[in-house]
Amino acid sequence: MGRGSLYAPFRLVTTTTNNSRSTRRFKLNWVDGFLWFIRVTAVIAIVVGITGSVQNFIAGEGPTLEQWRDLVISSLSTGFMYGLIALGYSMVYGVLGFINFAHGEVFMSGSMVGLIAATMLFDNGFWDANPWASLLIVLVIAMIVSTTVAVITERIAYRRLRNAPRLIPLITSIGVSFFLQYAFAGLFGVGVRSYPAPPGGLNEDVVIFGIEIQGTKLLVIGVALISMVGLWYFVTRTKIGRSMRAVAEDKEIAGLMGINVDRTIVTTFAVGGAMAGVAAMLWALLFRAVDFLTGFLPGIKAFTAAVLGGIGNLPGAMLGGVLLGLFEGVGPLLVLSGLGIPAVSQLKDAVAFAALVLVLVFKPDGLLGERLGSEDRA
Amino acid sequence: MKKNMSTRLVAVLGALALVAAACGGGVDFEAGELGAVTVEGEEAIQIRSLNAITGPVAFLGIPNENAIRMAVEDYGPIQGHDVEVGTGLDDLCSADGGQSAAATIVADDAVVGVIGTSCSGAAAAASPLISDAGLVMVSASNTSPSLTSDLAGTAGENYYEGYYRTAHNDLFQGQAAANFVFDNLGLTKVALIHDGDPYTNGLTTAFQDAFIELGGEIVVHTAVAVGDTDMVPVLTEVAGGNPELIFFPIFPAEATAIVQQIAGVAGLEDVLLMAADGASVTNFMEIAESEGMYFSGPDTRFAENTNEATGVNGEKFLSDYESEWGEPPSADFWGHAYDATTILLTAIEEVAVVDGDKLHIDRALLRQTLSDTSGFAGLIGSITCDEFGDCGAAVISIFQHVDIVDHQASKANILYTYSG
Amino acid sequence: MKSPAYTRRLGLIAGTVMSFTGAIGMIQTFNERTLINPYLRMGDLTLYMTPFVLAWLAARGEPNPLHEPEREPMAGAAQGAVVGLIAGALTSVFLLVINTFDLTEFFPNMRPATIDAMTFDLGVPVGLVVLTAVSAFVGAAGGYIFGLPEHIRRGLGRATGWVLAFALFEVVVADILSFADIIVDVIYGPRGGLQIWSAVIIGALAWWLSARYQGQVKEFSNRVRGADAKSRLRRSMIALGVFAAIVLPMLLGGILNELLVNVSIFILMGLGLNIVVGYAGLLDLGYVAFFAVGAYGTAVLTSTSEAGIGLGLNWWLALPIVLVMASIAGLMVGTPVIRMRGDYLAIVTLGFGEIVRILLLSDWLTPFFGGAQGIRRIPGIPVPFIGEVSGTDPQLFIYFMLLFVGLAVYISYRAQNSRIGRSWAAMREDEDVAEATGISTVQAKLLAFVAGAIVASFAGALFSAKVGTVFTNSFDVLVSIIILVLVIVGGMGSIPGVMVGALVLIGILGGPKSPGLLQEFSEFKLLIYGGLLVFMMLTRPEGLIPSVRRSRELHADELTQDAWLDKGGDFARGDGEEVAT
Repeated sequence: MGRGSLYAPFRLVTTTTNNSRSTRRFKLNWVDGFLWFIRVTAVIAIVVGITGSVQNFIAGEGPTLEQWRDLVISSLSTGFMYGLIALGYSMVYGVLGFINFAHGEVFMSGSMVGLIAATMLFDNGFWDANPWASLLIVLVIAMIVSTTVAVITERIAYRRLRNAPRLIPLITSIGVSFFLQYAFAGLFGVGVRSYPAPPGGLNEDVVIFGIEIQGTKLLVIGVALISMVGLWYFVTRTKIGRSMRAVAEDKEIAGLMGINVDRTIVTTFAVGGAMAGVAAMLWALLFRAVDFLTGFLPGIKAFTAAVLGGIGNLPGAMLGGVLLGLFEGVGPLLVLSGLGIPAVSQLKDAVAFAALVLVLVFKPDGLLGERLGSEDRA
Repeated sequence: MKKNMSTRLVAVLGALALVAAACGGGVDFEAGELGAVTVEGEEAIQIRSLNAITGPVAFLGIPNENAIRMAVEDYGPIQGHDVEVGTGLDDLCSADGGQSAAATIVADDAVVGVIGTSCSGAAAAASPLISDAGLVMVSASNTSPSLTSDLAGTAGENYYEGYYRTAHNDLFQGQAAANFVFDNLGLTKVALIHDGDPYTNGLTTAFQDAFIELGGEIVVHTAVAVGDTDMVPVLTEVAGGNPELIFFPIFPAEATAIVQQIAGVAGLEDVLLMAADGASVTNFMEIAESEGMYFSGPDTRFAENTNEATGVNGEKFLSDYESEWGEPPSADFWGHAYDATTILLTAIEEVAVVDGDKLHIDRALLRQTLSDTSGFAGLIGSITCDEFGDCGAAVISIFQHVDIVDHQASKANILYTYSG
Repeated sequence: MKSPAYTRRLGLIAGTVMSFTGAIGMIQTFNERTLINPYLRMGDLTLYMTPFVLAWLAARGEPNPLHEPEREPMAGAAQGAVVGLIAGALTSVFLLVINTFDLTEFFPNMRPATIDAMTFDLGVPVGLVVLTAVSAFVGAAGGYIFGLPEHIRRGLGRATGWVLAFALFEVVVADILSFADIIVDVIYGPRGGLQIWSAVIIGALAWWLSARYQGQVKEFSNRVRGADAKSRLRRSMIALGVFAAIVLPMLLGGILNELLVNVSIFILMGLGLNIVVGYAGLLDLGYVAFFAVGAYGTAVLTSTSEAGIGLGLNWWLALPIVLVMASIAGLMVGTPVIRMRGDYLAIVTLGFGEIVRILLLSDWLTPFFGGAQGIRRIPGIPVPFIGEVSGTDPQLFIYFMLLFVGLAVYISYRAQNSRIGRSWAAMREDEDVAEATGISTVQAKLLAFVAGAIVASFAGALFSAKVGTVFTNSFDVLVSIIILVLVIVGGMGSIPGVMVGALVLIGILGGPKSPGLLQEFSEFKLLIYGGLLVFMMLTRPEGLIPSVRRSRELHADELTQDAWLDKGGDFARGDGEEVAT
C-alpha cells in the first residue's frame, strides 16, 4: 500500500480491476450517484458563496482588500506550521505504515518546555537584548524535547508492535496521546501560559515586493520552507535517508541488505520529532499561548493535512498543510459569508474537515497520493 | 413536574415515620408536604457543594467551594449541631455532570441544601432533581435567565422551585454593559464575540438586545470555538464591520489569543476592547495586551460590606482566604458563594425545631424562608430574593484595567456602576 | 536475569514512576481518601505499589508454560530490597530538589505539600529516610512473595483484594446497605475508610472462603464458558442474569442506579461501535456523531420549549423518526468514505463527528438546534400509570436502559451470526476475497454504518430523555475516542467484553462527563485511560474478554498470539508483504 509511495514512485502495484461485473451493480451506481451529488452541490455552493462575497466586496461591505491580504498571509503561515507537523505523520506512516496519533503531543511537549526557556530568558532580559540568539535557544530546546519524546514513545510503545496489525499501533498511539497530554497537565498545571512577545522588531511589518508582511509571519514561512528543503535533502541525498526509503519499501529485505532497521526507524521518529520541535517554536511566535491541549487540535489538523496531501508523501504533507491553513482561514469568510451564513468564524474547523472530505471525494488518495489498486482501498 | 411513584412512596413513608416519631413524645413536630430532615444528636447538618472543580472552568468552581467551606466555618454550629459540607462534588460544567452529581446528592436524604452549581448548563439538569427531592439549591455563579426569570415576571424554562442564586442575571449585566458603551463611551457600533458557551452567548445576546433598544448598532455578532488559537480569521470578520468596540465576554484562553493577535489585523488599531467577568482573572489580566481594556462584572468592592450572619467583611474574607488557600480567589464569585452559604444557613437556623438533642428541619418551610429573604446584609450587598429565586444584590460595575501587575488597583478603577 | 544492572534499572524505573506520580500531584490528591482508617491512604498505596509490583515481577521472572522457573525467595527479597532502596533514594533526591528550589512557577504540583504527602507528613530530613526505608521494605516483601507456600499466597492475595475492594468501593457498599446505615457506620470510619477491625474480618473471611471453595468457582465458570450455546446450563445462566438485572436496581440506591444508567449509555454506544469496528473492521473515530443525532433528534421532536425549537411529540413516537434520521446519517457518513483507504477512514469519520457537533452549536442553525443555549425542556419517557420517567429517577430509568441494552445485545448477536455477520467477517479478513465470493462490500459496509448509527441513536434518545437538557459539549471528539477505548479494552467483537469495558472504564474511572466510583481519579482519569490503553495493547491486545470465536481462533494458532488480529480488517491489510507473514 501507500507505505512507500513517496519513496518509491515506480513501485509495482498489482491492479485488480474494480470494474468486474460483480461490482457493477445497482448499489454501486447509487453510491456513485450520491458522490456526484456531493461534488456538484459542493461546487455550486462554493461558486455561489464566492460570488456573494465578491458582490459584498464590491458593495463596500466586509473586509477591505488589505484585510483580505493579511488574512491570506496569516492563513498561509498557519498552514506552513501545520505542514511541518504533518511531515512527522507522513514520515512515520511512510516507514511504519501506521498513523502516530500522538505526534501532536510531541509538538506540544516541545512548546511547553520551550516556554520555560523563553520565560527564563525573558525574565533576565536576554530575550529582548539578543532576539535571534533567544529564538535559536528556544528552537534548539524545543527540538531536543520533541525529538526525545518521539524517540522514547517509539522505544516504549511502538517498537514491540512493529509486526502487529495496523489497528494496534494506532490505538496505542491514542493511548500515548492521552498519557502525554495529562502527564503535562499534571506537571505544568492546566492553565494557559503565554510566551513573551516576539523579541526585537519581529512584530513590525516587513515590505517584500511592495507588500507589507508582519515579520513573524514571514519568519514562520521562511523557517518552514528551509526545514522542508533540509528534510528533502536528508531523505533523498544522505545515506541514512536512503536507508529510510529502503526500510519504507520493505523492512525485511532492507535488513538483509545490511541496513539497521531499528536505528533507521528511530531516526524517522527523531526527524519527525525535530520537525515538530521547529513547529513548536513557530507556534510560540504566531500564537504564543500554550497549554497541555495545545497539541491536540493542531495534531488533528496536521493529520488532516497529511491525508489531504496523500499520506506517506512528504511534499504532499506540506502542500496539504498549506492548503488546509488557507481553507480554514479564508474559507469561512470567503465562501460561507457569501452564502449569508452568520458567525462564520465559529465554523472554521467544520470547514477544514469538510474540505478534507471534499478533496477525498474528488481525489480518493489525496492530492499527491498515487492512484492505488483496489486492494489498497478500504 | 410530575412526581414519580418512588418519590411519593418515600415521602409517604417518611411522613409516617415522622408522625410515629412525633407521637413518641418530645416536641410536637409535624413535617410539611416536602417532608423534613431530622438531625439526631451528635450528628451534623448536611449541606453539599456542587461546583466545577476540575476541567477548564475549575478557576470558577474552586474559589466557590473554598468560600463555601469558609462560610460554614465562620457561621459555626446551628443549635449545637455542626454543619458538614462533605466531599466537594463536581458539576464538570456540563448538563450530564450536573445531573449525575445531583443524583448523588438526593440519594442521601440527610442533605438539606446544596450550594451550586458553577455553570448554568449544569444547573439546568441538576435543578429538577434537587427540586423534586424537596431540597433547595443556591448557586453563586449561574447567570442564565432561563434558570430564574426574564426579570419581567415570566419564569424561565429551567426554573424549578427550590432554586435560588446570588449571582446576577445575564440580562442585567447585558443591560449594564450596553448602557455603559452607549451612554458613557458614546459608541454606537459594536461587534460581539462569544464562544458557544451558554454563558458567553447569553451575555452577548443580552447585550445585543439592550444595545439595539438603546439605538446602537451591532455590526457583527460572531463566535469562536473553544480551543481556537488562530484568531486572525475571526478578527478579520469583525474588522469587516468597522466596529468601534468589541465586546467579547469569553474565557481567558481564547480572550488571550484575541488580544495578542489583534495587532496583526488592519483596521482594528483604534478599536476598544471589553470583556466580562469570565476573563477578569489573574492569568488574563497579567497579559500586557489586556491593559486598557474594559471589564464588566459583579461589583467586587466588598471590602466594607459585612455579612450580617458571620460579621466577616470583604477585606477580612480576602485575607482569610489567602491565608487558608495560599492564593487570592481566581474568580469573582467568592462573595456570592459566601453569601449563598450564609443565607442558606440562616434559613436553616430559622426553621430548625429543637427536639431534645434532635433537630427537625422542614423542607417546605426552608424554601419559604429562603424565598422570603429580604434585606439580608451580605458581602455582595443587600440580598433580597424575588419570586423566581434571583437573590443577587445586583450591582454590575465596569472597570478599566490600568495595571497589569496590581489587579486590585485595576478592579478598583470603576468607571460605571449599574444597579437596575 | 538478576544481574545488578537489571536490578538497578528496575530501581530507577520505580523511582521515576514514584517521582512522577508525586510531580503530577497524584499522591497528594489520592491521600485525601482514607482506605483503612487511619493506617492506609490511597496515595500511599499508589506510591508504594510501584516498588512492590516491580520487585514482584522481577522475582516472578518471565512466565514459562513449560516448566516452573526456579525461584529463590531470599534472593528475590534482596533484589526487591535493592530495587526499593534505589527507588526510594531517587524519589528522595527528587523531593530534596523540590525542597531546595522553588519550581512552582512552572510546575505547580512540585510544592511543599507534595513532600508532606509523600513522606507521611514527616517533612524533609526524617521523611526521606522513612520513605526510602518503607520503599525498600515493600520492595523486599514484593520480592519475597514467592517464598510463601502457594495456598498462603493465594489466601493473602484474595484477602488483600477484597479488603481493597471494600475500601475503594465504599460508595457501593454504603449504597447497597442504605437501608441499614448502622452496619455501614460499623464497617467504615466516620470520615471514610474501613475500620481496622472490619478490614481484618473481611480479609479473614475472604481468605477462608477462597481456601474453602478454591477451584470450584473457576471450574464452574469454565463449565459455563465451555457450555454449548443451547445447553441448559447456559440458558439457566442467562435466565439468572436477566432475573438479576430486573431485581438488582430495586436493591441498589440512587447513586449506583445513576452510575449504571451512565454506564449503560456507554454500553449501548460500545455495542454499536463494536458492530462497525469489531465486526466490519471499519475504524470510526467520529462515532459520537450518531449519538448526537439521536440525542438532538429526540430533543427537537419532544422538547416542549417555547424557544420555537421543540415539537412536543411523545418520546415513543419520536423514537422511530429518530431511528430513520440516524440511518440516513449512517448512509451520509458511510457513502463518501466507502471508496477511501482504510487509514483515511479514521480522520474522515473524526471530521464528520466534529462537523456535526460544530453545526449543532453554530449560531447559523440556532433556530433549529438552540445553538449555545442547547435544547431545554425535554420531557422524560411516558409510561402508563407511572407518568414520565426521566433522569430525576434513576431507579426507574435504569429499566429503559436495560431494555435497550438487551435490544442492542440481541441485534449484535443476531447480526454476528447471520449472513451479514459472515460477510463482515469475510470482509474484515480480506476484502478482495470477500468481493470475489460474491459479497457486496459496499452493501456490507453501509449496513455496518447504519446498524452502528441506529444503536448509537438509541443511546442518544435515552440520553436526551434522561438529562432533560442537551448541550453540544456532551458530544465532543473525546466521547468517540472513549467509546473506542472501552471497546478495545473490553475486547473487540465481544459483547460481554464491551459490557465489562464500559463497567470498568465508565463505572470505576468515570466517563467524559460523569464521575465514576473513584471520584479521586477524575483529574487523572485520562492519564490512566492512556496508560491502560498502551498497557493493554502491549500485553493483551485481544482485550479483557476476547470474543469466544476469536479466542477459539487463538487456541487454534498458539504461535501467533494475534492471529485473529493479523487478518483483522482493512487496517492490517494494504501491503502485500505483510499479509504474507
